[in-house]
Amino acid sequence: MGKTFSEKILGQKVGKSVVPGEIIEVEPDVAMSHDNTAAISKTFYKIGVDQVYKPDMHVVILDHCTPAANEKFAENHKDIREFVRKQGIRNFYDIHVGICHQVMHEKGHVWPGALIVGSDSHTTSYGAFGAFSAGIGRSEMAAIMARGKIWLRVPETIKIVVDGEFPEGVSAKDLMLKIAGEIGADGALYKAIEFCGPTIDKMSVASRFVLTNMAVEIGAKAGYMIPNQATLDYLKERVTHPFETVESDPDAEYESEYHFDVSALEPMIAKPHSVDNVVPVSEVKGTKIDQVFFGSCTNARVEDFKIVVDVLRGKKVHSNVRMLVFPASLEVYLDVLKKGWITELVEAGCVIMNPGCGPCMGNHEGVPANGEVVLATSNRNFKGRLGNKESFVYLVSPRTAAVSALTGKIEDFRN
Amino acid sequence: MIIKGKVWKYGNDVNTDVIFPGKYTYTVTDTTEMAKVALEDLDPEFAKNVKKGDVIVGGTNFGCGSSREQAASCLVYSGVGAVIAKTFARIYFRNCINFGLPALTSAQAVDALEHGESIEIDTDKGEIHCKAGVFIFPPLPKEVVGIFDAGGLIPYTKKQLGLG
Repeated sequence: MGKTFSEKILGQKVGKSVVPGEIIEVEPDVAMSHDNTAAISKTFYKIGVDQVYKPDMHVVILDHCTPAANEKFAENHKDIREFVRKQGIRNFYDIHVGICHQVMHEKGHVWPGALIVGSDSHTTSYGAFGAFSAGIGRSEMAAIMARGKIWLRVPETIKIVVDGEFPEGVSAKDLMLKIAGEIGADGALYKAIEFCGPTIDKMSVASRFVLTNMAVEIGAKAGYMIPNQATLDYLKERVTHPFETVESDPDAEYESEYHFDVSALEPMIAKPHSVDNVVPVSEVKGTKIDQVFFGSCTNARVEDFKIVVDVLRGKKVHSNVRMLVFPASLEVYLDVLKKGWITELVEAGCVIMNPGCGPCMGNHEGVPANGEVVLATSNRNFKGRLGNKESFVYLVSPRTAAVSALTGKIEDFRN
Repeated sequence: MIIKGKVWKYGNDVNTDVIFPGKYTYTVTDTTEMAKVALEDLDPEFAKNVKKGDVIVGGTNFGCGSSREQAASCLVYSGVGAVIAKTFARIYFRNCINFGLPALTSAQAVDALEHGESIEIDTDKGEIHCKAGVFIFPPLPKEVVGIFDAGGLIPYTKKQLGLG
C-alpha cells in the first residue's frame, strides 16, 4: 500500500512507517509565532526553563496589530522584542515586514518536505510549497520552545482534483469558496487535503496559496500540493535549506476524493456569518456595501493588486464606500509602489494601509459600524470577526471587491 | 473526576470568535475579565449566569476558526466543567486537552441533552448522566491522556523535563 504525503513527511520525522490515526511525537523543522509570542514567552518561563531549546527553529513575525493600537499592544510588542533578543531568536521580523504567512515563504522559512507548525490557524498555507504545515495553540508553542517536541495525529487524506480552464476573471478565491460551500466548514475536519489536477499544476504561486491558506476553513489539519515549476523557481531564490519534494505514491489510500471543474465556475461569495454560506455572486447582486477590505494572508499579493488596479484605474471608488488596501508584505508593497499602482489606487480614492493583518480579527484599522456591510478579500466572516458583531462580512475575490467598490453595491463583474 | 452542573446548549459551528472575540485577544488578559467576555457574541446571558461545573453542549465542528487558546481557557476561567460536542475543530480540541478542559464527543448525548437541564459526568468511567439516560464517550488516546492527567500541557512538559 502506498503512502500519502502526510504519512511520508511525518514518517520521515520519526524514522518509521506511520499510518493514519497514529499519534507520534515529532520535532518540527520550523515553528512560527506572531504577536502571540509575548503570551507564549510567559508560558515558556512558567515551565521553568531559561533557554529556548533551539532558537533557530523559531520564526517570530509581528503582524496582528501593527503598529500597536494602544498601550496593551505596545507592551506586547516590547515584550516580544526583548524575548527574541534575550533568547537569540534571529528569525525575527518587526512590524514593517508583513503578514506572517506571506513573510514565511518570502524569507525562505518554507520548503518542500518541511514539517512546520505555527500558533496560527492559517499555518495550513505552506502546503502550497509542498510542506506539511499545521496550526497549533500557544501553550504548545511554549512547550516546543522548552523541549522541541509536539504530538501530532497522522491524518487521513482527502484528494481534491481540479481541472478545466477558469473563465475570464474567475479566480482561485472563487474556486475555494465553491469548495467550502460544497464540502462545508467541517468537511475536512482533522484531515489533510491534497489539491491536485491540471488546473492546480498550472496555477500561479499566489493563487495556489489561496487554496491551502483556506484549507483550515473547511476544518483541515494541513493543505498540500506538489510544488509546480513556478513554485520551485520562486523558492530557488529564497530557500537555503536543502530539500526534496515529497509526493504521495500513486497507490496511496485517500479517505475520499472530490472533483471540481472550473470551466463553468461563476464568481462566488460567502455570505454572513460562515465561510460555507456560499452562493454565486449573481444571487446577492445589488446588496449595498459600506466598506471594502482588500488585504489579508489570502488575497493581497502582487497578482491581486494587478486585478484591483486594472479595475480601478482612472475611476473613482463610490462615495459611500471606504476602500482599505493592505499589501500582504513589505516586499509586495515595494513592488506595487514601484509599478506606480499605489498612486493609481490613491487617485481612485483607496486608503492605503501598512502591510499587516489589519482589521482581520477586529483589533484595529477598519472596524465597521453597526449594520454596515463589508466586502472582504480575507478568509473568515464569522459574526464579530472584524470587531463588531452588528456588522456583516461577505468574502469575495479581489476582482469582485474592486468592481463592487466602484458602484457601492455587490456586482457580478461579468455584467 | 465528577463534573456536575447545568447544560448550556448551542448549535453547529460555534466558532472561536463568538467564544472569545478576536478584538480581545491581546487586550483582555486577566482571567476574571476573560471569563466575563466568554461567549459574548453568541450568548450575552452566559457569562452573567454560568456556574462552576456547568457544561457547554455544541453540535458539529465546535471551536472552528482561530487557533486562539483563550477560546478554551476563558471557559475554564468561567467555571465550565466540560464541553460536549458531536465533533470538535482540531486546534480547539488540542487547546482543551492542553488546558485540562474535558472535550467529550458523543453525538447521542448532544441530541438528547436540553438547554438548562442538570448533567453529571464521570470522566473516569466515561459516562454522561442526564434526563434521557446514560451516554458513553470514548476515552482520550493513550498518547495524550498523560497531558490531560497532568492537568494540562504545561504541568506535563514540566514533568517531562523533570522540573515539576
